[in-house]
Amino acid sequence: MSQTKKSAAADIDIVPKGSDEAWAYSKIIKDHFFKPRNLILDAKDVKGYNGLGMVGSPACGDMMKVWLWIDEKEDKIKEMKWQTFGCGSAISATSMLSVMATENGGMKLDDALEIKAQHITERLGGLPVRKIHCSVLGDKALRSAINNYFIKSGQKDRVIKEQVRIIDKQAKVTDHDIEEAVLEGAQNLEEVQKKTKVGIGNPSVIPEVEQLIRFYTEKYFG
Amino acid sequence: MNKHIYLDHASTTPTDPRVVKAMEPYWNEKYGNPSSLYRLSLASKQAIIDSREKIAKVLNCQPDEIIFTGGGTESINLAIKGSVWAAKKPVHIITSKVEHPAVLNSCQRLNSQGHKLSILPVDRYGFVSLEDVKKAIKDDTLLVSIMMANNEIGTIQPIQEIGVYIEKLNKERVEKGLDKIYFHTDACQAAGALDIDVKKLHVDMITINGSKIYGPKGVGVLYLKPGTKLIPIIDGGGQEKKMRSGTENVPGIVGMAEALDIAYQEKEKENKRQIELRDWFIEQLLKTIDKSILNGDPKKRLPNNINISFLDIEGEAVLLYLDEIGVMASTGSACTSSSLEPSHVIRALGAPYEVAHGSIRFTMGKSTTKKDLQHVLENFPEIVKKLRQASPANVDMAEVEKTFVDAERKILDL
Repeated sequence: MSQTKKSAAADIDIVPKGSDEAWAYSKIIKDHFFKPRNLILDAKDVKGYNGLGMVGSPACGDMMKVWLWIDEKEDKIKEMKWQTFGCGSAISATSMLSVMATENGGMKLDDALEIKAQHITERLGGLPVRKIHCSVLGDKALRSAINNYFIKSGQKDRVIKEQVRIIDKQAKVTDHDIEEAVLEGAQNLEEVQKKTKVGIGNPSVIPEVEQLIRFYTEKYFG
Repeated sequence: MNKHIYLDHASTTPTDPRVVKAMEPYWNEKYGNPSSLYRLSLASKQAIIDSREKIAKVLNCQPDEIIFTGGGTESINLAIKGSVWAAKKPVHIITSKVEHPAVLNSCQRLNSQGHKLSILPVDRYGFVSLEDVKKAIKDDTLLVSIMMANNEIGTIQPIQEIGVYIEKLNKERVEKGLDKIYFHTDACQAAGALDIDVKKLHVDMITINGSKIYGPKGVGVLYLKPGTKLIPIIDGGGQEKKMRSGTENVPGIVGMAEALDIAYQEKEKENKRQIELRDWFIEQLLKTIDKSILNGDPKKRLPNNINISFLDIEGEAVLLYLDEIGVMASTGSACTSSSLEPSHVIRALGAPYEVAHGSIRFTMGKSTTKKDLQHVLENFPEIVKKLRQASPANVDMAEVEKTFVDAERKILDL
């Protein structure tokens, strides 16, 4: 991480032309931002993928969508394409991630599941400190696409679940429980409530539950 | 490719060469401390007297009603904390949701020290309403602080209307034995373009600073109507009628006065020029780029301010592309703020987060030409197209509109 701190020394993102100061973003980040690798320009044309993941939303400032072509025999990522709504760091981080996942003949799925935000940051030559959070969605998007592949290919036991967050304090229901319910086939609020009792005594959480149901449905079955 | 188009004048302005020239003698030639008694110091003292007179002319006030400070933020802190501390009891403060952090954070500091605070909402164009001011006033209200024009979206507030009301109300309050309410306005963004005659505005305090009006950075002014009681926030040798201790920043004060004087002379012509450019530029951008929303009011906005949200893309990424074509602008996206929260001003309009993340602010200056804006227009649609192609987002405009309409706009009592 020392590398990160060093290149983030200047807390400025854009430096006026004609100035001698260095861009606070590394050359690698700039390169991936202006020349993104494996970017999909028209999502309608994408065919033949067997893993699809999406995380974030325009409201939270970052949103990433990842398509994977996984070789079943080798259990390796052969191709990864993506789209990102976000700042320079987010776009560069997704681009770099797509390189990492597919270089040297493709990454083993078990290794790809281990990719953390800091591995991407390191490969980018560091990010300004307050920008690190922008790269954290990339690895989540990749995991979500791999999970989607696991579901589709009948390997439900390999699905990795993200950290747990309590949604309904009264019913003690977490986002994990809702994810589980969706995985077990619940498709709407009623069906999720049958399995979890979420929001029944606490209707104020229902909008969030409905959002999560949409999110997980799209994640696994979209 | 070596263009240098600065469209961030609301952030700060370059110093006018005439201002630099006016300041020049006060660095090495007339450097005396105005408080000393020899001839060298008299020149410094005289320079401050002259500067005060120049500024008083623009503000339509007496020279001794002007306090020089170390900048806009300091003037605001002095106005807000100084007046509340002088009350020597818990009081009530009113401000708005779209103020500069100097105002909001000063008010919040006082709130954490036991003073009550009401934060007024704004409508979708960023206007504070007199009705809300009336509603928020309580018996123990001591201070109302509303900005004259907004730094992000340029919306010009009805300061005169509020000022007239508070002045009238104060007469009734005095009869009832209640404290007078002070009305402060932060005119940092407004001073270069609008009429800041304190008699017309009916304000008790007004803050202006040098760095937004082609003057030097680090100099501010606080106008104090006679009878406004303040406790200084900086103690020391008692300069500036004991309101702001510290050896006077003579070159800065001279520069501030010169800058304000120039603005006063030239603003009418310059405003006309900028308004024409502004309206044309806004029209072109909204016309050529779909899913774009103007932030702020189309007409009652600062002549140099253009703030538009482009949906499905994020502001910082736009700025990086703009930098590539030599254009400097700013954004309300969370990604460029240290707090990682998107613009509180655009959120206050009732806009969803998406609109704040995609907002781009261009603020013109005296040197901005139509050619500069044409350069932006030639490249901008392509930048937006590229980023939209790479973006999985597809925000529904109808839902954005609904968020604006449904936004809760109530007075926040803290």
